[in-house]
Amino acid sequence: MSILLNKDFTFIVQGITGREAVNLTRECLDYGSKVVGGVTPGRKGREVHGVSVFDTVAQAIENHGSPIDGSVVTVPPAFTKDAVFEAIENGIGLIVVVTERIPRLDVAQMVELADERGARIVGPNCLGLIAPGVCKMGGIGGPAKDAAKAYSPGSVGVMSRSGGMTTEISSTLTAAGLGVSTAVSIGGDAIIGSTYAELMPLFEADDQTQAIVIYTEPGGRMEAELVDWRSEAGSELPIVAFMAGKFMDDEEMKGMSFGHAGTIVEGAEDSATQKIARLQDAGIPVVERIDEIPGAVKVKLAVGAPAGARGM
Amino acid sequence: MPERDAIFIGIVVDDSIAGDAEMASKLEEVCPVDIYADADGKVEIVDENVDECVLCELCIQAAPPGKVVVKKLYDGTELKR
Amino acid sequence: MRFYEYESRRIVEQAGIPVTEYGFAKTGTEAREAAGRIGGPTVIKSQVLTGGRMKAGGVKFADTPEEAEAHAEQILKLEIGGHMPVGVLVDPKAEVEHEYYAAVLWDGRAKRPMMLFSDMGGIDIEQVAEDHPDHVGRGHLSNLHPIPDFRAKEVIAAAGGLTGRELTRATPILASLARLQRDYDMTLAEINPLARLSDGSFVALDAHMEMEDEAVGRHQRVLTEIGVELDQPRELYEPSDFERNVKAIDDADHRGVIQGKDHGFVGDLGLVIGAGGGSLTLTDAVRSQGGKPANYAEIGGNPSVAKSKGLAMEVLKKDGVEKIAVMMSIVSNTRVDIVARGVIAACLEMGRDPAETIAVFRIPGAWEEEGAKILGKYGVEFRDRGTSMWEAAGEAVEKVQGGAGS
Repeated sequence: MSILLNKDFTFIVQGITGREAVNLTRECLDYGSKVVGGVTPGRKGREVHGVSVFDTVAQAIENHGSPIDGSVVTVPPAFTKDAVFEAIENGIGLIVVVTERIPRLDVAQMVELADERGARIVGPNCLGLIAPGVCKMGGIGGPAKDAAKAYSPGSVGVMSRSGGMTTEISSTLTAAGLGVSTAVSIGGDAIIGSTYAELMPLFEADDQTQAIVIYTEPGGRMEAELVDWRSEAGSELPIVAFMAGKFMDDEEMKGMSFGHAGTIVEGAEDSATQKIARLQDAGIPVVERIDEIPGAVKVKLAVGAPAGARGM
Repeated sequence: MPERDAIFIGIVVDDSIAGDAEMASKLEEVCPVDIYADADGKVEIVDENVDECVLCELCIQAAPPGKVVVKKLYDGTELKR
Repeated sequence: MRFYEYESRRIVEQAGIPVTEYGFAKTGTEAREAAGRIGGPTVIKSQVLTGGRMKAGGVKFADTPEEAEAHAEQILKLEIGGHMPVGVLVDPKAEVEHEYYAAVLWDGRAKRPMMLFSDMGGIDIEQVAEDHPDHVGRGHLSNLHPIPDFRAKEVIAAAGGLTGRELTRATPILASLARLQRDYDMTLAEINPLARLSDGSFVALDAHMEMEDEAVGRHQRVLTEIGVELDQPRELYEPSDFERNVKAIDDADHRGVIQGKDHGFVGDLGLVIGAGGGSLTLTDAVRSQGGKPANYAEIGGNPSVAKSKGLAMEVLKKDGVEKIAVMMSIVSNTRVDIVARGVIAACLEMGRDPAETIAVFRIPGAWEEEGAKILGKYGVEFRDRGTSMWEAAGEAVEKVQGGAGS
């Protein structure tokens, strides 16, 4: 199995008539995902690659005739909060927010409402998620043939703050024969709907997933949260980490912002060096190079289970 | 005949459609990177945009067969129908 | 967006938090007038977005309006940490009985704002939290529900057991600060010190506000009303020509995004790299293998040929840059062939041989076959996903050092 997605997973695209949304709709359909409707206010009656467009989420659900599992939201920042609220209040359980540059308060409000209603948000500022061979939700991996090339079904769960690096890492896992169970582009902002620690229980419960790879950057406290979760839950699912942006620890770079909006060094607490130490102290190896990831995963798998015990 | 070779891309518009007002407006509309301009009913090629061509072939489809040709100067091949 | 002290003062005042009478002055004459209006001894403070004002002589005390004018004229000419002041703040020398600390800031882990209050203000709050944790009250706020006063009261009551008039007077101030943080999208709303004066009243003596950049647009009207000049310089450092030029190229065309920075970089290898995470990874990979990047860059969102070309030209114009490394993590939106056209065109326009100038081109993904053909024509080798990011970075470092070495 994969996490969050399955063969029958249905979703809509909010903002479906936008340029990027048209592309990702096409990509998802080509991959075999069930895109069952789209929403752009004022554009009811149109079609995007054969997908019907509605004015409201409620209309899309009514047209579908049964509940819809998910929504990919790709509308301008000023309208994103309302679109996500609309999805949540119409009973949609998994919402991928692609939009970037959304003010933090809006994100925090979406996340709080999702918590109150039992929904989950992935993102914002992310490319979505993919269960190789099962379902692709969002622009992750690009066109269906490119996504198929980089993501083969396998045993490793991937969580990454960078959308592009999700594909780069998955491609190395694919090339090494390990493959990917589910890859989640979690988003690069300071506040996101689903952190490493919040997704870990799902991977833990998934029997396809034998190991986890995380990609991280300076800024935020998500690694500390992951480490705490691991010890509290007593989880032994092996994790391998990669930390980008070590150069930002240099004195002359202090106070500058690079990469994602959330990648702002606010002091020693958030430095790359300290994050690496924190992860390594918790038994999570941090590799220096992306191309070392498959080897480190294989070492972890060999340690975690004697030969033959963990085959797929 | 309107014809322009930039560094990577060349565009050839056949004389038979270059003065056609309908074609001029259609080419201007379909090209996502504004390579064509409708100059008072005549097809005009916008020099600085030629190398921005994304090889979408919308202009080729919009014109009658063989009347618009997109040349890939870097490998000597042509896109046309 | 960071605010100058006088702007923060106005924002706090606007939110109904009491402040002392004060004046913002851009000339010595204005400072004298403000000091006269305030009456009594005053403090003249340089308005710069940098620390260490006191040490640098940017804060001076005046007994008379004439003295205030003289000090202001000096301070207005004084550069501090590479920044010229935008004016001076004229404050009364307040009769302070006790100093407190109040702040509201984001707790990213809880995904909620957190209120902080301490009865030990005026000093470094991190030190207080470490040495006297029982003197720091904390409390989270909902993002959705109204902010009630009692939440602020609970936080204050937890700070060293504050009670009595101190508690009842500070409560509305912390609650107002919490509403201000939400209403104005502040990443940090801090009053330090919050002072109790000899008459028992509370005033915000110094406030520090930072508004989230993404939210500045929706507060433009109210910021203008308060008198915030949005075009004033607020960067931590002066942008370089390279940074300014890259930004201008990016702003001129809506297709895709390019960014370039060179503050803190001194090197000979020009980087034309992307995207967000890829750029961080590649910059590390170059440095870890002994390379010296001349800059940092990010390409993303499928930029036009002109934009990629613009970035590559700006990198090549930098002093000492003979070669560029063009590298990205696997792309699915940005097109390999478009970036290839951009960097080749940049070399040609600057009269450089692409085969010599491009140390490595490693961008796997969308339209890579087409990209490889373009590069091939100009003698540049194309590296696909078979070459790792680390290996590509290493190859670039080797070529630069091989070329520059003995």
